[in-house]
Amino acid sequence: MAPLASHAYDLLLAGALLWLAWQATHAADLFRSVISFIVFGLLMALAWIRLDAPDIALAEAAIGAGVTGALLLSALGRLTSAPAEKPAATRRWPGTIAVLALAATVLALLGAAAWQLPAPGLGDAVAGHMPRAGVDNPVTGVLLNFRAFDTLLEIGVLLLAVVAIWSLGPTPEPLVPAIPSPALPALGRMLWPMFVLATFYLLWRGTHAPGGAFQAGAVLGAGGILVILAGARPWLTGEDNGPWRWLLSLGVVTMLLAALSTTLIGQRFFEYPESAAAGVILVLEITAAISIAMLLFAAYLNGQPPARWRGYPHS
Amino acid sequence: MTLTEWLGTALVIAGVPFLLSGTLGLLRFPDVYTRLHALAKGDNVGLGLICVGLGIQSGSVTVALKLLLIWVLMLIASATGAGLIARTALARGLKPWGL
Repeated sequence: MAPLASHAYDLLLAGALLWLAWQATHAADLFRSVISFIVFGLLMALAWIRLDAPDIALAEAAIGAGVTGALLLSALGRLTSAPAEKPAATRRWPGTIAVLALAATVLALLGAAAWQLPAPGLGDAVAGHMPRAGVDNPVTGVLLNFRAFDTLLEIGVLLLAVVAIWSLGPTPEPLVPAIPSPALPALGRMLWPMFVLATFYLLWRGTHAPGGAFQAGAVLGAGGILVILAGARPWLTGEDNGPWRWLLSLGVVTMLLAALSTTLIGQRFFEYPESAAAGVILVLEITAAISIAMLLFAAYLNGQPPARWRGYPHS
Repeated sequence: MTLTEWLGTALVIAGVPFLLSGTLGLLRFPDVYTRLHALAKGDNVGLGLICVGLGIQSGSVTVALKLLLIWVLMLIASATGAGLIARTALARGLKPWGL
């Protein structure tokens, strides 16, 4: 692309992102906010593509726009339809000025920090160690080998979020849209195999190209949400000691086991033996994808599911 | 430029007016049903032409098939989405324009 056209495109994208962020946080109508947030996620994915980061773009589109969007919309549908509160006519200027000053300070500090980053970044260091990583895709190498500890914490955060959501109360009903449509079950039936196919494709691709556990898990979780919206009864139950609790924590448990067994055989924490790295990463990738899919799906249930769905209204 | 590049570019350019008219309909039509009509028709034809154009330009059968798959998925999704929105609007008592 001609440099001028590509600069114009980037400027347009950045401007649209700022405007949508403002809309998402300041629109008087909550529905408008949620839609702005979803569009923000999609444009953010485009921005990551422009920055040559297709892995983050995939994750942003699937989790940021897709799953979070569905979560926000379903939460919005359950809010009691109280008349929308009109924003106060009198603006509180001192508060606004304080917030703007704080935002400007944080922006300046972030800018200063970004300015002082070592110029070529860590790309060369990662590339130098890639032969020992056990995979060909540098992003997967960083996520599941060099910085596996960070990934453990990320999946841990997801698990904590689901624990928090389940502790808020039982799953509210109905799970299906209030106005049923014959098109939705047909769509669910038609697309579910595509979701499974895309999940395996992304998982397999993760070893040598953009893709991996987070993207695959997000796609599978989103597919599960679609099937539930189409009227299928979820098999995930909130039974005490039920098998689903193990599946939800599978990712964290496997990563911790991998980390602890490396210390047991005399390596450092999370330092896989070079010969076993490929196998360990494959196991971690698959278990993490299953766990992430289940966690995103469980979060969408908006509360602890019942021990048995039989007899649950609308199921 | 080779013939396939010309053909691909021509198809992509041919798709743009459809997307523009779909957007124009979304902005200017009077109610939710007519807006859905403009959007679901115009955008899908536009996207189809662009996907076919890009597929021809890529010169690779795999890429072309993937682009076609994207188009088919978009067709299914937009048809379902438009139906859901229209059905919900009708159930909420929104009268079609002119009735």
